[in-house]
Amino acid sequence: MSTGIITSAYIAASVLFILSLAGLSHQERARRGNLFGILGMAIAIVATIYNPAVSNYALVIILMVSGGGIGALVAARVQMTAMPQLVALLHSFVGLAAVLVGFGTFLDPTVGYFDIERTIHNIEIYLGVLIGAVTFTGSVIAFGKLQGIINSRPLTLPGRHLINIAIGLACLWFGWHFISMGTLDAGLYPLIIATVLALIFGAHMVLAIGGADMPVVISMLNSYSGWAAAATGFMLANDLLIVTGALVGSSGAILSYIMCRAMNRQFLAVILGGFGGSVSSSSSSVGDQQVISISHEESAQLLREADSVVIVPGYGMAVAHAQHPVSELTKVLRSKNTDVRFAIHPVAGRMPGHMNVLLAEAKVPYDIVLEMDEINDDLPDTDVVLVIGANDIVNPSAQEDPDGPIAGMPVLEVWKSSATIVLKRSMATGYAGVDNPLFYRDKTKMLFGDAKDSMDKVLSALK
Amino acid sequence: MQIGIPREIYPEECRVAVTPEVVSHLTELGFTVKLETNAGKAASFSDAAYIQSGAAIVTSAIEIWESSDILLKVRAPSEHPDLGLHEASLLSPEQTLICFIWPGQNPELLSRLSDTGAYVLAMDAVPRISRAQKFDALSSMANVAGYRAIIESAGEFGRFFAGQITAAGKVPPARILVIGAGVAGLAAIGAAGSMGASVRAFDTRPEVKEQVESMGAEFLMLDFAEDGSGAGGYAKTMSEEFIVAEMALFMEQAKEVDIIITTALVPGKPAPRLITAEMVDAMRDGSVIVDLASEQGGNCELTQPGRVTRASGVRVIGYTDLPSRMPAQSSQLYGTNIRHFLAEICPDKNGQIELNMDDDVVRSMTVTRSGEITWPPPKIETAIPAEPSSSPPPSIVTSPVKSPEKQNNVTTLIGLGVVMLIILGVGAVAPSSFMNHFTVFILAIFVGWQVVWNVTPALHTPLMSVTNAISGIIVIGALLKIDAGSSLVVLLAAISLLIASVNISGGFLVTHRMLRMFRRDI
Repeated sequence: MSTGIITSAYIAASVLFILSLAGLSHQERARRGNLFGILGMAIAIVATIYNPAVSNYALVIILMVSGGGIGALVAARVQMTAMPQLVALLHSFVGLAAVLVGFGTFLDPTVGYFDIERTIHNIEIYLGVLIGAVTFTGSVIAFGKLQGIINSRPLTLPGRHLINIAIGLACLWFGWHFISMGTLDAGLYPLIIATVLALIFGAHMVLAIGGADMPVVISMLNSYSGWAAAATGFMLANDLLIVTGALVGSSGAILSYIMCRAMNRQFLAVILGGFGGSVSSSSSSVGDQQVISISHEESAQLLREADSVVIVPGYGMAVAHAQHPVSELTKVLRSKNTDVRFAIHPVAGRMPGHMNVLLAEAKVPYDIVLEMDEINDDLPDTDVVLVIGANDIVNPSAQEDPDGPIAGMPVLEVWKSSATIVLKRSMATGYAGVDNPLFYRDKTKMLFGDAKDSMDKVLSALK
Repeated sequence: MQIGIPREIYPEECRVAVTPEVVSHLTELGFTVKLETNAGKAASFSDAAYIQSGAAIVTSAIEIWESSDILLKVRAPSEHPDLGLHEASLLSPEQTLICFIWPGQNPELLSRLSDTGAYVLAMDAVPRISRAQKFDALSSMANVAGYRAIIESAGEFGRFFAGQITAAGKVPPARILVIGAGVAGLAAIGAAGSMGASVRAFDTRPEVKEQVESMGAEFLMLDFAEDGSGAGGYAKTMSEEFIVAEMALFMEQAKEVDIIITTALVPGKPAPRLITAEMVDAMRDGSVIVDLASEQGGNCELTQPGRVTRASGVRVIGYTDLPSRMPAQSSQLYGTNIRHFLAEICPDKNGQIELNMDDDVVRSMTVTRSGEITWPPPKIETAIPAEPSSSPPPSIVTSPVKSPEKQNNVTTLIGLGVVMLIILGVGAVAPSSFMNHFTVFILAIFVGWQVVWNVTPALHTPLMSVTNAISGIIVIGALLKIDAGSSLVVLLAAISLLIASVNISGGFLVTHRMLRMFRRDI
């Protein structure tokens, strides 16, 4: 097959990938978008295999079929609550693949470049390997944290910023050595050392970030995996890889930005880590702070009498797998002509859009699932707000305590509603470690217990 | 412990201290409950209903008083008409009595109670702190009274509350003035507003303006710099100049409104005289005044406690038993207050009460114990939560929140400048083959940027998984190296081919699975 045809296949694949992302702008077109993506990928792979440079078909087919089989199996089995882990794991694969392809390219004796081209080529390899390495270990650690294998509290080593700076400088120094090396053997060692350093850097970076910042971390790693692919594209002089990498990279960057804005935090502050686990006592508990607890029957009573109900899910709902009883509750209330809606904070859960996926899984119609900005103005007219396992995203001190650690973070103003029922396991603080004055408000009633268990009981009391 | 509930003996008193629902909660707390027969009858709670909830019914009042450890009542003890003796004389030192006492107004009763040696807790002495809101029977009763005041006024008022335009002509809405925006006042505002009347309210405490407005009424402002807030959220007596200005306002309002509801009380003092005979005279014929302060002497000069008075075409309602006129509702609220209090003093749920005098609530409510009068209690000064103390801010990296817009613009400009410089630098040294790829790269970033901003936030998770799948395009890199000369390179390529394939199929399939779940209402 001629190069011209391969190039036009690549152009088609690029366009299809763009259409695939564009399709996600609306739920109704989203599935078609995914099909475009699959089509684009198929075209790209077929065109590449027809490339005269590829001839070991047996090996390719065995590897692709077994890899694809594993992927399909995982995709079919994974629980929706475990989506963040899966996404993190898949990111790590892209990172690892980028590292391996980078090394492969470097070691490939058939490629010959000279002078400035050689320098640029080496820079490309070096960058691709480094970004891939950071993505790889970062994603593995993120996976471990989300899966609960690694403690989600931030690891704050003494002088961790110094460690990072030292690693960065060392990478520059080895980079200089690697690029200026004329021969293959002399360049290999700096590259290996720098890769190890980047692997350490990726792990250390994510270890230092707390559980609440996971949405940012996941989006950031998403972005990195894109840049790793783009760098690989440069080293192979392959425009399709460059385009796809750039698309994914900017998509992840946008998500990171959205997540940071939703927490009113600077991207750099998140990446530098340390947040999300510091136990603070900023909002001091002066005066008598008494919570009013409520029984399942009383909660059911409140819900029965309400004309409008807004449900605010948080990570607690995901942990307790409470999305199904919540959906059932929604159905029961809607059959009684109660207006039920969901309010989703951008950083609710452990990855962007996490809550939406869980609610969709439980068959909650998406047109009653609203974003924070869409519903905040309606909350004062709402009879009952049901907060399920959310804490920081409904914390009034974000608006009222200008010195607090979450000051300025946009929050769902649930305290403006007529009554708020908060489902919570205990009075522990959220990931930000900030006490939540919402719980002590007169209009707030606390329903203690496991979210799923509580929802089941409220549901049976309601029926 | 045995709880006993005698029938209320005060004339026309229809409330009862517990409802069947409360009885079942008390039984859960480990108490046994005994009621005098027909105790709840006037409030529409039958003996049968109580028995069903686990209470015992006893015919003799004496037996209730003598055999119970805790006595629950609504009204303060008084002379028993059938037995010919005072209820207080039935108390013994081991017993606890919980009811309204009004110790300030009834010093005689207080000394009588202390002589018995019994432990007496006054439901009207619950301190106004947020922890004690659950037991605040005064607020619950005021809520009922406020609502009932509107109902009573509606009964006497010969017109609609809501404005209407009918074939038979136009009906203006009733104009109602509520004086005093405490619990009763706000309940009255709410009830009147929901019946369609046009409501305005006045209070000496400017901070209640928001509450009044939140109930849909207009707040009448007095152009006068004096704050009427006293301790514990109640009003205090105002200066003379203020009262003159206030009276002028009322006079003006009296000419305009159809109904006046007065709820002004200053704790421990006779009710302030706010509506004079001239003001009543100035009101239109057919107007109604409901005086909720009539038991404390009345806010209106013409009020006669317990009665409806007619004066120059205006009816002045001076009922002192408004909560008792809605006995089922009042009893339910009062009973729940009592239950919450018992739950608080019975922390182990074993039917034993612990009265701890170090507890602010118990201390305030205790009026006599072991023959000693403990009223009035020492002042509690924690009623209103203080400002958060200025403890040092936690050591957390937080960025300043000032003018993020401006900062963003500057950052964007700097960022763009840096990017331009880098591109220029690269262009200066790089060969044209590289620059071609670079062009593609930059354009792709911008396309991605534009496209991804349109992704609906609900689909952010599918976005991540689909980008994950397409970043599996790195498989191409692996494919191109699979036939390289060196076996090491082939091995590396093979591994990356395998994992990239996992990525592609896993990413696309899980996206598909997720997207299939998003559905619209059917």
